[in-house]
This record gives sequence, C-alpha cells and structure tokens, in this order.
Amino acid sequence: MSNKPTTPNLVDPKILFPAAKAAFVKLDPRQLVRNPVIFVTEAMAALVTLFFVLDVATGGGSRLFSGQIAAWLWFTVLFATFAEAVAEGRGKAQADFLRHTKSELSARKLVAPEGRETKEIPATMLKVGDLVLVQAGELIPGDGEVVEGVASVNESAITGESAPVIREAGGDRSAVTGGTEVLSDWVKVRITTAPGSTFVDRMIALIEGAQRQKTPNEIALSILLSGLTLIFLIAVVTLWGLASYSATVLSVTVLSALLVTLIPTTIGGLLSAIGIAGMDRLVRFNVIATSGRAVEAAGDVDTLLLDKTGTITFGNRMASDFLPVPGVTVEELADAALLASLADETPEGRSIVALATGEFGRGASQTGIDAVVPFTAETRLSGVDHRGRRLRKGAVDSVLRFAGLSDSKIPQEFRQAVDKVARTGGTPLAVADGNRLLGVVHLKDVVKPGIKERFSELRAMGIRTVMVTGDNPITAAAIASEAGVDDFLAEATPEDKLAYIRKEQNGGRLIAMCGDGTNDAPALAQADVGVAMQTGTQAAREAANMVDLDSSPTKLIEIVEIGKQLLMTRGSLTTFSIANDVAKYFAIIPALFVTTYPALGVLNIMGLASPQSAILSAVIFNALIIVALIPLALKGVRYRPVGAAALLRGNLLVYGLGGLVLPFAGIKLIDLAVSNLNLV
Amino acid sequence: MSVIGWLQISLLFLAVLVVVKPLGLYMAGVLSGEPNVLSPILGPVERGLYGAAGIDPTREQGWLAYTLSMLAFSIAGFLLLFAILRLQAWMPLNPQGFGNVPPDLAFNTAVSFVTNTNWQNYGGETTLSHFSQMMGLTVQNFVSAATGISIALAVTRSFARSAAPTIGNFWVDLTRSTLYVLLPLAVLVAVAFVAMGLPQTFRASVEATTLEGVKQTIALGPVASQEAIKQLGTNGGGFFNVNAAHPFENPTALSNYLNIFAMLSVSAALLYTFGQLVGNRRQGWAFIAVTYAFLIVGVGIVYWAEAQGNPILSQLGLDPALGNMEGKEVRFGQAMTALYATVTTGLSDGGVNGMHGSFTGLGGLVPMFLIQLGEVLPGGIGSGLYGMIVFAILAVFVAGLMVGRTPELLGKKIEAREMKYAMLAVLILPLSILGFTAISAVMPSAVASVGTAGPHGLSEILYAYTSAGGNNGSAFGGLSGNTLWYNTTLGFAMLLGRFAYAVPVLAIAGSIAAKTRASTSKGTFPTDTPLFAGLLIGIILILGGLQFLPALALGPIVEHFAMLSGQTF
Repeated sequence: MSNKPTTPNLVDPKILFPAAKAAFVKLDPRQLVRNPVIFVTEAMAALVTLFFVLDVATGGGSRLFSGQIAAWLWFTVLFATFAEAVAEGRGKAQADFLRHTKSELSARKLVAPEGRETKEIPATMLKVGDLVLVQAGELIPGDGEVVEGVASVNESAITGESAPVIREAGGDRSAVTGGTEVLSDWVKVRITTAPGSTFVDRMIALIEGAQRQKTPNEIALSILLSGLTLIFLIAVVTLWGLASYSATVLSVTVLSALLVTLIPTTIGGLLSAIGIAGMDRLVRFNVIATSGRAVEAAGDVDTLLLDKTGTITFGNRMASDFLPVPGVTVEELADAALLASLADETPEGRSIVALATGEFGRGASQTGIDAVVPFTAETRLSGVDHRGRRLRKGAVDSVLRFAGLSDSKIPQEFRQAVDKVARTGGTPLAVADGNRLLGVVHLKDVVKPGIKERFSELRAMGIRTVMVTGDNPITAAAIASEAGVDDFLAEATPEDKLAYIRKEQNGGRLIAMCGDGTNDAPALAQADVGVAMQTGTQAAREAANMVDLDSSPTKLIEIVEIGKQLLMTRGSLTTFSIANDVAKYFAIIPALFVTTYPALGVLNIMGLASPQSAILSAVIFNALIIVALIPLALKGVRYRPVGAAALLRGNLLVYGLGGLVLPFAGIKLIDLAVSNLNLV
Repeated sequence: MSVIGWLQISLLFLAVLVVVKPLGLYMAGVLSGEPNVLSPILGPVERGLYGAAGIDPTREQGWLAYTLSMLAFSIAGFLLLFAILRLQAWMPLNPQGFGNVPPDLAFNTAVSFVTNTNWQNYGGETTLSHFSQMMGLTVQNFVSAATGISIALAVTRSFARSAAPTIGNFWVDLTRSTLYVLLPLAVLVAVAFVAMGLPQTFRASVEATTLEGVKQTIALGPVASQEAIKQLGTNGGGFFNVNAAHPFENPTALSNYLNIFAMLSVSAALLYTFGQLVGNRRQGWAFIAVTYAFLIVGVGIVYWAEAQGNPILSQLGLDPALGNMEGKEVRFGQAMTALYATVTTGLSDGGVNGMHGSFTGLGGLVPMFLIQLGEVLPGGIGSGLYGMIVFAILAVFVAGLMVGRTPELLGKKIEAREMKYAMLAVLILPLSILGFTAISAVMPSAVASVGTAGPHGLSEILYAYTSAGGNNGSAFGGLSGNTLWYNTTLGFAMLLGRFAYAVPVLAIAGSIAAKTRASTSKGTFPTDTPLFAGLLIGIILILGGLQFLPALALGPIVEHFAMLSGQTF
C-alpha cells in the first residue's frame, strides 16, 4: 500500500481551518433546516440574541447573563456545524487526491475498430461506445472494457495497491478504470461510461458527501429526535403558563436555555458527522460504497455468502499426503511423484515438490531426466522419462489407462486410497512407473489459516457463513466442516446462488456476498450487500453496491464490522444524549423556581452557586460536550464480536450510565469555574 | 408502615402473578377463536351476532379498515350514550325521577365512558337513573374495554405474523373480547361481590331512621354488576360519587382485595397473552416484570409517605404514629389505600378508595406520575399493552442501535414509518396534559374552580388533565370540574388520549404486520432479558416521564418539600 492516502490526523490544521470556516457557512438556516434539532437551537440562539440586544438598548435585564447564554447557544450551533465540516474535510483530502489523478486526461480515439490509427481528443469529449487505444505509459482515459489486447495496469491511483494487475479482453478481467496507467503492452478499450459519471467521478462525489442522502436509519433517528424536540418544546412553552400560576415570571432567555439543554443537541449535532465518518472509514479500508444505505445494511447482515476459492481456501489444491500401494515405500512414492512434478509449473505440481522435499525430506535432483511429458487436456497426466523409467502422475483414470492395467490387476488398497481421498473432499492423483502403480497423492484444498477463527467470531456476532463452490457435495462438505462454515452450496451455478439469496431473504435475513464475474451480477444485485472486486467485470461492478478496491474477498467481514460500528456509534451517542437530560433538569429546575419556592433548593443536589450560574453552566456543558464527542463520532465506537447481549450490556453501562452521571460532574465543574470567574 | 401492611401488599401481587399465566393462556385461546369451555353456550350467540350484523368472521381487515371500524363503533357508542343521558327523564328505570343531563356534562360523561376513562364530573347516585347507569354506562364499560383489547390484539397479531396484509377483523375481536373474556369474568366477580355484601337491586333507595331519630335516604341500585365490570374493564367509573370508598361499592377489606385483584389481573394477563401469541412467553414476562417494578416502587413510596404523616399536623398535636389518614377509609388503612391508589393509576382504572388529593405531596405525586408515564403499568385493558409496545419500540430504537444493527423488535425492523407513528403517539400525552393545564392555569375562570391555594391548587388542575389525557378517570379531588370549560376540555383531552394514540398505534400495527419477520440470532437485540426490562424502565422514565418533571416540580414536589420545611399556603 505504497501511496494509499494516510489517515488524516484529527487535529490536522489542514482540515481544521477550512472546517472552521465551513462551520460558519453552514449556519445558513436554509441548510440547517435539514437538521431540526440544531435548527431549533439556532432559532433559540437568534431569539435570545434579540432579547439581549433589546436589553442592551433599553439598559434593562441582566445583560451579562443573557449575553453569555446567547453566545453559548451560538457556540452550540457552531460546534454542530463544525463537526459536520470536519467529517467532510477528512473526505475532501481523499477526494482531492483522486481528482488529481484524472486531471487533464486525453484520449487516443481509434479511427476504425480495426487497425491502430488514432486521433487525439480530450477525455471529456469521449462518448459511450468509443474505442480508444492505450499504450504503455499512458493513462486510460475513461471507464471501459478491454476489447483487444492484454496489458499490465497500475491501478494504485484508486486502490493504493502498487502491484500491477493484468487486464485482457474477454473473461472477468476486462474492466478498466479511467485514470489508471498502462504499464506494458497495449489495449483497445471500449468506453462504457460517459465522462463525469465514471467510477472515479462517483467516488469523488461520494467521499465529498456532495451526493449524501440521509440513510433509512438516519431518517428514522431524525424523526425520533424531532419528536423529542417537539415534546420538550411543549414542556417548555407550557412551563411558562404553569410558572405564572405559581407567580413566577420566566424570561425568554431561561426558557430558551432550558429548551436547548433538553433537546438532544448532542446526537443532533453529531448525526451527520457520524454518517460521513462511516463512509470515510469504509473508503480508508479501500471499499467504495455507492450509498450510505449499503453501509447500514452491512451492519444488519445475517448471512455471508463466501466463495470457497480465494476466500476460504488458497484457491489451489495442494499435495498433503502420499499414499503408497503395498510393496511400495512412502519414500519411493514421494521420489517418483517428485520427479514427475519437477518440470510441472502448475501450483499442484509445485505443491508436490514442496511436500516431498519439505515434509518428506527427499532431495530434488534435476539430473537424469530424459524427456518431459507436459500436461494436456487430452492425456490429463504429466511426468518425465527418467533414466529409462516412465514416471507419470495425473487423474486416476488417465494414469490407469497409461499403465494399461486391467481392472483385476488394480490393487484393492489403491482403490481404497482413492476412495478415502475423495471422501474427505480431496483430489486423488495416481502415480505410476510404467505399468507399475505406485500409489496416490492426496491433493486437497488448503483452508486459509485463521479463517476458522474468523467464522467463529462471525458466529458470535450472529452471522452465518455460507460457502459457495463449484465442487461436488462431498468435497464441499469436507471443506465446509474443516473451515467451520455453517452451510455450503455445492456445484453452485449463478442461478443457485440467486435462488439461495432469495430463499434467505424470504426468511427475513439480510445477505452479503462478493463476486467478480459477469455471471455473479444478478446475485450481487439481489444481495442486500453486494461487494464487487475492483478487478471484476464492469457488469459486476455496476450490480454491486460496494466495490472493493483491494479485490480481497475476505473484506466482507470488515465491511460488516464497519456497518455495525456506524450504527453503534449512532445508538451510543443517542443514548448518551438522552441520558444527559436528567442532570440538566436537576441543574435548571431548582434554578428556575427557587426564588418562588425556596423549598425547591433541596433539588439543587449539585450545590450550584446561583440560579444564573446553574443555567449558564448547563448551557455551556451542553455546547462543550458536542466538541468533546467529535473524535468519538469520527472514529466510531469500537465493535467487539461478542454477541448482542454483551455488547448491549457494555455500551449501556458506558453511554447510558455514563450519560446519566457525567453531566452531574461536568456541570458542577463548569459552575465552579463560572462562579469563581464571576461570569454572572 | 407495618409488616402486616407489606404482607397484604405482597400477597396481592403474588395472587395476580399466579393467575397471569392461566388467564393469559385462556385469553390467547379464545381471542384467537379457538373452541373453549364456553363455546357450546356462547358460540351460537357469537355466530348469531355476526349473522345479524352481516359480518363474515373469516374476512380480515387491513389496518385502515380496522381503524375506521373502531372509530365508527366508538362514535356510534358516543352518540347513543349522549342521547341516553340527554333524554334520561323520558327513559324507563328512573325511580328517582332524575332530569336530563345538561349538554356539556353529557358530552363529558359520554366521552369519558367511550374512551374507557370514566372521569366522573357527575355524582352517580344524584344525577343518573338506573337505565342510564345500566344501558348507558355499563354497556360502554364492556365495549370500551373490548375495544381496547381489540386494538391490543391487532398489534399483537402484527408482530406474530410475517408479511401479512391484514391485522384481524375488528368486529370479531370486539365480539370475542366481550363474550368470552369480559362477560364471564364479570359474572363471576359480580356474584362474588354480592356475596361480600354489595347491593344488586333495582330499588332506588331505602329509608332508614338514624339513632338521632332522623329519617335518612340511603341510595341503592345494581351496584355489584357495575362494580365488577368497572374493575375488570379498568373503567373505574363508580356507581356512587365517592367510588370505591363508598361502603356499598367496597364494604370490606376482602371486597377491596377483590377490587384490586380484578383490575390488575386482566391487564397483567394480557401481557402474557401477547407473549404467548407472538411465540415468546419470556417477552410477556419481561413486560410484566417492568410493570411490577414500577408498581412495587410506587406503592412503596405512597405507603411510606402516607405512613410518615404530615409533620405540620404533628406539631399541632396530632399523633404521628397514625400517619396521614386524611381522605382514607379506616377499614382499608394506609397499606390498602396506597396499593389501590398505585394500581388504579398504573392501570388506567381510575376507581379510587381514598382521596388522592388528601395524600401527602409525595403520596399524591406517585399516582399522578404513574398516569403521566403513559398508563402502561400495566395500563388500561388493552391500551396498556399497546402503550407498552410503543415504549418497547422506542427502547429498541434508542438502544438497539448499540448492538450494531438497525433496531428490531421481535424480528420486525423498526424503521422511519414506525418511528413516526410512535412519536405521534407519545406526543399526545404531553400535548393534552401540559397544554390544557397551562391554559387553565392562566385562565381566571378555570383557576376559579381550584379548591386549594398554593401548589396543591396547580396539582388539582394538573391531575385532572393527567387523568383525562391518560384515560384514567380518577380524580384528585378539590377541583370543581363540572363547569363548561372543564367538561369540554377534559372531554377533548380524553378523546385525544384515546384516539389520537390508538390510530397511530394501529398504523404501526399495519406497517409491522406487512414486514417479514426476521429470524433471531446471537447478533439480534434481545428484548426478553432482565437487561432489556431495565432499559425499558429507563426509557419509560426518561421519554415518558421527564417532560412532566417541571410541571410536577411546581405541584406535588414543591408541596412535599414545603411540608417538610413547615411552609403552608
């Protein structure tokens, strides 16, 4: 990850200064009205300011008090807009980096589909369907599909991964992204996306938050927060009437202060910052989500559909054991297999060499090889002629045919060994020396180390894992049990995948899957969270709602965690915000009425200095807590895979109980400062 | 406080716990239409009613049709009752020859009974004929309770079903609730009440000669039957003006026990029914645990506050050992009055066996606060259950996110639509209670009805609208409520509290029913654990109660501290 943008520092002045400026721009009520809680706060701030100005003009009232309340109410609004601006600023740094890569591209448009004659035009003039030629050292002018040629491409501009990838016509590796660089050879590319809506363009828009729509859960939470604001508005407005019955006149300043401290300004102010930061975290993980909705859905995922190859296993079958027939020693078999594989450059061949030289300690000597018999699709075996011996290894039936043995001549033990390997999900390779059968090499899919632990972690999170493979059911079952997945889909066609997803969804479960091939596209589109590999086809990338730039299938697990973290952060800060109200009541209620009813002084359990300092302290605490929580909103609450009950207990303790207790201490401390500095 | 007092209280809570399961299972069965012991007798009646009304009991309704049926039935019930009261003079069974009920009082009374509030701005024995009581009020005692059960049943179904377009048939639910739940229970309880000495007669009164030789007229009537459904249906509207403090409504400690037992058991058992029908009995127990926690703490505070007595009176030479006996019946004592007051307000019953206004500041605060919490502890029959579910929705929404999933309750995702309706519902109580109280508190003509100076006067107004908005019906005492202003505004508060709450709740039911029921896993938020019960308590207190704190501070809270500091008003 050479030139991947680094995580911006929370106190990076390059982000903070523009954010501070943006915070003021965001005060525009037309913009703020999208956030009802902060909008109400701004309205109260304006109202108190108006009364303060009137006080100053008429020389009445306690100007020092109302002036400070007004100031802190404005600070409350500013802190909220600042939080959003900081979150956006962090994304902007990344967007600038991307924008840099696509500046001033030009294209060499092919005059005719055949031939190499081109004319140069600006990339912005390209139309969908245009054919362009890109040669080594040039940047690909737009998103498209390779129609001819093969080239190595540096995609680090978008993925951060410096190792070049191969792009070729046909198959699942034909998609190229605008702004990436061809390192060798040449390709003809058909442009598939109009300039301005290319992948990089969409990435920039998403990261910058320009296209940010409220996600479903965010909308529901906003409704809750607006409802609470309305309830407290009723409580505060009616309090004026109740107080006047009790011969107490409450000023607009104190009622505004009471309202703002009671409404959930903490979560209201941080809500959009949390959402932006969640998307941003995903980007930092090199995953681009096409919508915030997908990130939320990731937190809800119940079932993960994982491809066996590359995700659960290393993707290549590896030799794991030598099973000789009677009369042949293991060493003899290992040596024969080793010799037969020395010239074999396939992963299977190399794994046999590795097993024989490693675990079985055989020496590999290249001398004495007379001829090499390479693997072909017709013979389905390979080997060498070595000092007159004809050593072959390959598919069991092919080797038997090669050895020319009739059924009766095949040792019973050989058949048993073949069966045993097949039963445990492996692939048996027969080894023969001329017409003499030596034994069986056990090739098996090797499960990635640590993957079983990952799955049990997922199980603790309440997520089922389902392995999808083209293998037969026996092989699939063996690998499934070794890897510890909950279910598997053997001999899976794309239609099977789609049907499985539909079935799970009908049972009320949310499905996540990843894929890269065009035939994955329908399933990717049907899944609630579909992650396409950046190396995948254009069709897969269009169908998915996330693209993994690292093309790592295990990324799904991290994506789920990021989704959960986003929701948890929202929930924790909501709980915290609501729990805060208790202390604020204890600060403000006695302060409002203690002059009328001295007996209510008992409720001043914090022992706040004076009614005015109590109200001011509550307002200051309410404003400062937003700033104090910005880092948490941006970084997110830590997710631990321990199951919902334990998570709830932990978070309820920290944010629920903490939210109850902390403001008592905070308001008391601020009150000490306010009274000692004689601010009121 | 005494050990005997606490024993009496604990025994009642235990007795209710014992019947919760059998009664809950019985209701789950009959309300689902399963054949039961009463089917041979009542089955033909049920089918006859459907036939007469042209109802196809197998045809279910969507939430909108269900809601419209419910509203149509309630409006018809209101019009009928209003007509009976306005035309009382010409109706039969009027041995005392009472005149027609004035329009504003008739409006208030009709609304009061249709909304299952049973706020009484009238004196039963001095205003209403037997016909009005039996054909008017008692009918509504049954059907308003049955309406509550029906709404709760629709909500329950919405959680039990998956991707369903309908939530049941209102007319079927109404009929079954009345026939199989309320009617048989009322007969049982009424017979028990007669055995305990409650009058059940059509005679208007008896003449008696007192020890001083003065002739006295003692009012009588069909008391036992009305008392039974008053408690079972959490109605609370007494036959007599002083309600269950009257020796004919509640003659003995035993009848008092049956009073409390009857009102608490059905509402508590409905929570169990919910758990049974949604396939998670632990959920029902979790809700019951929440209500018990509130009730036990509530009765503890009231009992303690009343047993402490009033230090101001003690200084004047009153024996402090008796505690505060003002407004209480000697035959019940403090423990049973505290229990009655707590249960009747936790429940939205509204019957009283003592004067809540005569309690100490703290003792009066608890009943008021319990109503303001939303009448969910365990709340009115049916309405308590659906109120509890609204709070459960809020609780899973606020805290459910903390487990890293979008919130879901019993496998149903809680999204913007549910949130919108839940917030609409919880807005209604503060709006009607605080809104009307604040207007009344600054309106000289309304303030004139107040019976006491100082913060207690504010408590009287606040309690009246609390009781009306919460569809409770109990009175604090002291406020002269039978005025045009109070009759009208209390009526509106009751209507808001019932229907402006029930309609969004049914909308939630419609939306929940349509959702696919997700399977639960280790990653889903558990809602049937002690932890969730604790969380739900917190949410009820903070979202249901906190907004009333400023108002309470100016009423009962300041009254309490003023009493302690010896201040009088």
